[in-house]
Amino acid sequence: MDFKADTTPLWDLERVSFGYGASPVLKAIELKLLPGRCYGILGPNGSGKTTLLDLLSGVVAPQEGRISFQGRSLQRWPKRALAQTLGLVPQDFMVSFGFTVREAVEMGLHPHLHRFASPSREDQLLIDQALAETGISGLAQRPVTNLSGGEKQRVAVARALAQNPQVLLLDEATSNLDILHSLELLRLIRQRFEQGSIQVVAVMHDLNLASFFCDELIFIKEGRIVCQGPTREVLTSEVIARVYQVESQIRYNEFTNSQQVSFRLPGESL
Amino acid sequence: MLKTLKLNRGMLLFPLLVLVLVALVAISATMGFLQVEVGDVFTIIAAKLFNLPLSGIDPVATTVVTDVRLPRIAAAVLVGGMLGVSGAVFQAILLNPLADSYTLGISTGAAFGAALVIVLQIFGLALPPAVSVPVFAFAGGIGTLLLVLYLASGDRRLSSTSLILAGVIVAAILSAAIGFLKFLADEQVGIIIFWLMGSLSGASWHNILLLTPFALLGTVLAFFYGRDLNIMATGDRTATSLGVNTVRLRMVLLAGCTLMTALSVSVAGIIGFVGLIVPHMLRHLAGPDNRRLIPLSFFSGGILLLVADTLTRAVLPAEVPIGVLTALLGGPFFCILFKRRQREGSSGF
Repeated sequence: MDFKADTTPLWDLERVSFGYGASPVLKAIELKLLPGRCYGILGPNGSGKTTLLDLLSGVVAPQEGRISFQGRSLQRWPKRALAQTLGLVPQDFMVSFGFTVREAVEMGLHPHLHRFASPSREDQLLIDQALAETGISGLAQRPVTNLSGGEKQRVAVARALAQNPQVLLLDEATSNLDILHSLELLRLIRQRFEQGSIQVVAVMHDLNLASFFCDELIFIKEGRIVCQGPTREVLTSEVIARVYQVESQIRYNEFTNSQQVSFRLPGESL
Repeated sequence: MLKTLKLNRGMLLFPLLVLVLVALVAISATMGFLQVEVGDVFTIIAAKLFNLPLSGIDPVATTVVTDVRLPRIAAAVLVGGMLGVSGAVFQAILLNPLADSYTLGISTGAAFGAALVIVLQIFGLALPPAVSVPVFAFAGGIGTLLLVLYLASGDRRLSSTSLILAGVIVAAILSAAIGFLKFLADEQVGIIIFWLMGSLSGASWHNILLLTPFALLGTVLAFFYGRDLNIMATGDRTATSLGVNTVRLRMVLLAGCTLMTALSVSVAGIIGFVGLIVPHMLRHLAGPDNRRLIPLSFFSGGILLLVADTLTRAVLPAEVPIGVLTALLGGPFFCILFKRRQREGSSGF
């Protein structure tokens, strides 16, 4: 038993492996994620980031090893209770059929509502707030099928906010957004995190945004964790060379108050 | 603005459809070789329901209405309703507006099962037809569904094209197999042809007793999962993260809708495209929310099939098999949908 109750990890992964068919995607992952830190998961394409997020959210079960969430085996969590606690913003958010933006955001209330209950007055306010905070109030009555990629992504975030979870998983939630909307969205989530109302684990693509947004980074490559630690310590040229095979220069940037990375292909110079 | 309009229209549609359905049942019962007054139809129904004596009404008319027309009318409404609900559910689960019992090959699979019973009987295997026809039809339908899903599962999203293609391929093979059964049936081939073309002319009160509980149960079950079905539209990953048990939902509802289709087929044969057209039209009128769509699909499917059956029974100079009629009307509609979907990619609908 863990006697220091405060440090019960959000997630505890022990020798977790997962693969599709014969090809393994994640191999013997050991990982502890603690509350009170904003985590970023980074790695090249196909390194297993989304699969790791699927395992953390319980969408797939590990083939080997164990995952516990808030001290309890993830497989033993009732689906509804898990959905009340844990929200996911997927990378490829889509909605078939012409549901309106508001209807799509309202779907976030599903785990909190009884089967035939309609959203209450407070629920409606929660939806209004989620729409306003993600800047899509004006789109509320538009069919989701007529939105741009960036607008869909904001609908996905609004839906996750309406779900009002304690823990939020983001899968490249800003990949389709322009820089203004990316920063606004990250600020929105970071604010909620700093108020202590939400824990965040985010798969990120952009190293500079990750450095700006996350307290701790986890680098994975070919299904294995390369390193994990506080952003300042692990965001180094050596790690980036190992993970991405590019040369880089890392400097503290006063303007963004974070370390920022510049890249070039190995051996190339101007 | 649009939303309230759609909502109100959805709310208005319910009483409207129920009224239309009741009126159509009464009108349809008056039509046919023997003309009966609308008032007399209501008198006869009331008398039969409450066991009252009938006076002043032609006993032949009474028999025609209660024993010939009403069971056929009830069967048309129930079969149409079940096909409409099945179509709505197949479309919501497979995220595919082109899916329905017919385009997925399930109707043909059920017809193969039913035809098999008839041939087995010709060859002297004594099976009680009242039980074995629906059971074999269900087995044929489920088998076809599993095969089609297996064939289409190569691409993980179950895209329109691969799903419908798999349905058409399996249906083509099954049609050939039914052809072989027809060949084996030799002189009694007429009964099997009935399954291929679809007809409500053989409907009896016995059929209604079989159909009613399953039509009710299936529709209520689909309605019960209405919100889950809405959330399925966001794909597996999001639906799971919102607490929807996607695997169980798929199994329960696909099995339930295959059962409704199989029962429809065992009573009325293959009737295509009702399940395709009805939910599609309703989505335009009342929006995509399955909590409205499913009950509306039941009533609209019932109305559509009742109108089609009354047309072929009492209006057209010769009785065209109803499956032929719905295919002739629904086929071109399907072509338009298919073409439009290609043009718009996966958006729209």
